[in-house]
Amino acid sequence: MGRKILFVTTDQQRYDTLGCNGGTIARTPVADSLAAAGVRYERAVPQSVVCMPSRSTILTGQHPTTHGVWMNGVPLPADAPSVAELLRDAGYRTALIGKAHFEPFLDPFLRFPENALALSGTTGAGGPHRGFDHLEMATHGPVGFLHYARWIQQNHPEAIGMYYNVLDGKLQVNAEGGGDTDAPQVKANPIPREWYHTDWVAQRTISWLEGLEAHDDWFCWMSFPDPHHPWDPPESEVGRVSWRDVPLPAGYPETAAEREAILDAKPRHWRMWYDGTLVSNYEAPARWVPAGMTADQVREVNARNAVEVELIDEAVGRVLACIERRGWGDDVDVVFTTDHGELQGDFGLLFKGPYHVDALMRLPLIWRPAPNAKVAPSVVSRPVGLVDLAPTFCRIAGVDAADWMQGVPLPFDEEDAQANGRERVLTEWDSELFGVDVHLRTITRDRWVCTAYLPGTVHDGSEGELYDTVDDPLQRHNRWDDPAQRSLRDDLVADLWDSQPPARTERLLLEAPV
Amino acid sequence: MTAERASLRREVRIGAPADEVWAVIGDPARIVEWWPGIVDAKVDGDSRVVTTGAGLPMPETILVNDRLQRRFQYRITAPMFREHTSTLDVIDLDDGTSLVVYSVDAEPSTMALVIAGAAGNALQHLRALIEGAT
Repeated sequence: MGRKILFVTTDQQRYDTLGCNGGTIARTPVADSLAAAGVRYERAVPQSVVCMPSRSTILTGQHPTTHGVWMNGVPLPADAPSVAELLRDAGYRTALIGKAHFEPFLDPFLRFPENALALSGTTGAGGPHRGFDHLEMATHGPVGFLHYARWIQQNHPEAIGMYYNVLDGKLQVNAEGGGDTDAPQVKANPIPREWYHTDWVAQRTISWLEGLEAHDDWFCWMSFPDPHHPWDPPESEVGRVSWRDVPLPAGYPETAAEREAILDAKPRHWRMWYDGTLVSNYEAPARWVPAGMTADQVREVNARNAVEVELIDEAVGRVLACIERRGWGDDVDVVFTTDHGELQGDFGLLFKGPYHVDALMRLPLIWRPAPNAKVAPSVVSRPVGLVDLAPTFCRIAGVDAADWMQGVPLPFDEEDAQANGRERVLTEWDSELFGVDVHLRTITRDRWVCTAYLPGTVHDGSEGELYDTVDDPLQRHNRWDDPAQRSLRDDLVADLWDSQPPARTERLLLEAPV
Repeated sequence: MTAERASLRREVRIGAPADEVWAVIGDPARIVEWWPGIVDAKVDGDSRVVTTGAGLPMPETILVNDRLQRRFQYRITAPMFREHTSTLDVIDLDDGTSLVVYSVDAEPSTMALVIAGAAGNALQHLRALIEGAT
């Protein structure tokens, strides 16, 4: 019998939303206790700041350039490598419960297995899907074909209209406001808590765990759709955090003049999006203009986000209690992270896009090794990536990492990180949507985050961003054109290009907006 | 700002003469053979109703079915579209191969991308269907 793995992901969660990372709004005692007993990473970086590429990196252990999912809407090929497949081959029972999103959601033809699977049950039509024996999937609401949506449609149809409509009548990401401040993607949701997707994901996970044999080894990816927008947690829970008491985020410049000055020192698509003159991607409402966002709206979004984070924390606690009841407590590794961050008011912006700053790129990551492994608690400050998760799961399971994996196992502590020569993590962005393309390549190394731009609709390829994360933790001062940093910048850029992963031979096609 | 409507294109080169490709595309009922996700197609004059894998009926009006130009054009009239026109052109490359171009113009733009994405996938299946048969 080996070590079992509970892999918990959330969607679009910032580093600073957990108490163990300095967060002060949401109470996260479960995550905090995992961190206290395990390894907490202070600079975990995604290889993409949107869902499908990032989740594909988690599953394959490859960078987006290599696995080929270069933007949302590009499906991960059915024959893509999968760490779940490796673990299953090693005898693990495997499950994915919650949000998958390796394939597009907008699928009226039902071409993609993720969407078709709920019609046939909880296993793939031809056996395991992407290495998972058991799949029960959900996304941010009750619309669509996934298991959660079908469960709501069949058992609680009155709840369908309770949720926020993620898309508007023109199938664009909805800009409609709600709550007390008319903040975008906010709605009072009267749904009972036990019907909400966070509790559903936990309950389905518990049900799967309870069906296993005591001696089974298992790998369970429990994937919560929250705290990704819409911010419509059950209204019964909203009183946990009063938005009027929520401080403005440190990253939110309070005056328009300050915001505009900061944005004007960055490549021009930042300011263009803020002003509503350019929407480069589908991940934010096309009809919403960030410049019009009020400080109170930022507060309310942060408050509701914190409620969703608390509900996740409690749900994880219930699953851990189930694991204890099953007698597995000492044998289970728990890894907690997310796919990417959320701007959440930083720079006067919300949502996500081609913006490689900490709001989107600094992720919560906690690894609580199985207590039987007797790993001492620690904090790692050197950069690690989500690309490192797949080989980490292999190490936990005692399985050789596959040669197609591009990461290395997560370090146990700072000394381990240093001994393994951890220096850099890469992140990339490519988008081509309705005639607008944006392309970024980023290296996180030492204390610096350096982004080089490739030519695109509003960039000529000479632009860049360079931030000192120690002296300028809010990334307000772009040092790209600072003569004093020129040699450092040149070194980072050379390292960035020298370190690029191999590209997939045939470029995959964009098949849907998301 | 993101446009309300969009105009997108997908294409594939097929190792077969244009007449052979047109024999499949020009027969509107045969779309079920080459478009994954369309499970049924009923044709009545210039109207066609396809049914998607999700069980959605999608009514269409055939606007052009021109054997001489090898052009097929249709309009989806389902309520999810404010406006839609798709055009399939089969172009003979005079070397035993042909180029199939699928163009879609639609509002909302999101649906243009959904259709273009599915069409791109369908063109690959069309190629496999025809090249596998030759």
